[in-house]
Amino acid sequence: MADGLTPSQTIGPFYWGSLVSGYRADLAPAGVAGERIELALTLYDADGAVVPDGLIEIWQANSHGRYNHPEDRRNLPLDTGFEGFGRASADTSGTARFATVRPGRVPWPEGGLQAPHINISIFARGVLNRLATRLYFEGDPALATDPVLKLVDPARRSTLLATCDAAGVWCLPIHLGGDRETVFFDC
Amino acid sequence: MAHDLYRRTPPGQHPPNRFDGYKSTASRSPTRPAVVLPQTLSEITGPLRRDERLGAQENDLTRQRMGEPLGERIVVHGRVVDEAGRPVPNALVEIWQCNAAGRYHHPGDQHDAPLDPNFYGGGRARADDNGAYRFVTIKPGAYPWGNHKNAWRPAHIHFSLFGPAFATRLITQMYFPNDPLLAYDPIYNSVPERARHRLQAAFDMDGTQPEWALAYEFDIVLRGRNATPMENGHG
Ligand SMILES: [Fe+2]
Repeated sequence: MADGLTPSQTIGPFYWGSLVSGYRADLAPAGVAGERIELALTLYDADGAVVPDGLIEIWQANSHGRYNHPEDRRNLPLDTGFEGFGRASADTSGTARFATVRPGRVPWPEGGLQAPHINISIFARGVLNRLATRLYFEGDPALATDPVLKLVDPARRSTLLATCDAAGVWCLPIHLGGDRETVFFDC
Repeated sequence: MAHDLYRRTPPGQHPPNRFDGYKSTASRSPTRPAVVLPQTLSEITGPLRRDERLGAQENDLTRQRMGEPLGERIVVHGRVVDEAGRPVPNALVEIWQCNAAGRYHHPGDQHDAPLDPNFYGGGRARADDNGAYRFVTIKPGAYPWGNHKNAWRPAHIHFSLFGPAFATRLITQMYFPNDPLLAYDPIYNSVPERARHRLQAAFDMDGTQPEWALAYEFDIVLRGRNATPMENGHG
């Protein structure tokens, strides 16, 4: 049976139970270092309609730029209670919300540092393969030299930039298709 | 030259994003090619969920409520491995499914079939050091889904796996062998023909427990690592 990868399938509309009990919209308990931020990620389909049944996961470094994972062997602090993983369902307005800390910078394999970013996985009914994208913070001075953004058509880079609204929430619309289609990554 | 830790997936393994037989993919599939990203620390790390403590009954979906659910009790077990057949130790495996009548315990499921107060349909298991996992559950029913006239999903169990990295994340569905509905299901058939059978569990007579439950075996293969330059040097 194991003659190749297990193929991907849609999450479907009725994910439940284990996934839901594993929700973690608040990633950073009290005491975790860093600037507290809130995120609002809103899913839209190719016609601009909200996607109310999607599931969004985030994965990020802590405020020191350290991933809580054995592959990150750098001598930087880990924060107790901060794994860097979040999972939340979109609500009826297509929005999944997270509370976390602003991530630090992580290295680029060929030298230098990447701009602060949050890695995003999107699952939904009608989405047969996990869609991977990133959230960057508008106005961050590190954006100008970010090596990943340099790989992206300049006209589409803004699809990866979250903007801070009047209430201080970082908002990122994610378009699964259409004129404003978000940049997705093959990693 | 950047060296990717995880193997790039060749074509023919996964479904396309858009599959015409599965209607809701039309408005939910990107049309521009994904930007190929060298694997950085962001992609080769990922949630291992090691701090997630599992309750004793989480991998037994027949014992999570007051009584036993109706339906055919089954054991679903297998191994989580990578492309080279190496185990993915301690992998967190999450599953969810409908009940024996084909109804999900979910407010959005309006299928005219009974809910079972003794079945919620969600479970988690932690694979052991050899990547082996095991669930006890009941065989899910088929259900209609309105994609086209007289559309029925074959019996299936949804699986979610993280693997060792962001790059290895996978959500999939396990099907049962010899299900006549497989031939008609656009979600199953969205997978390239050569790869489809990997979504079918194997009936496992050896694992079947006398007087108690049939067993099905479902191995899950996640992306594996590229050979390191040193391994190459040694052939
Ligand atoms: Fe389903």
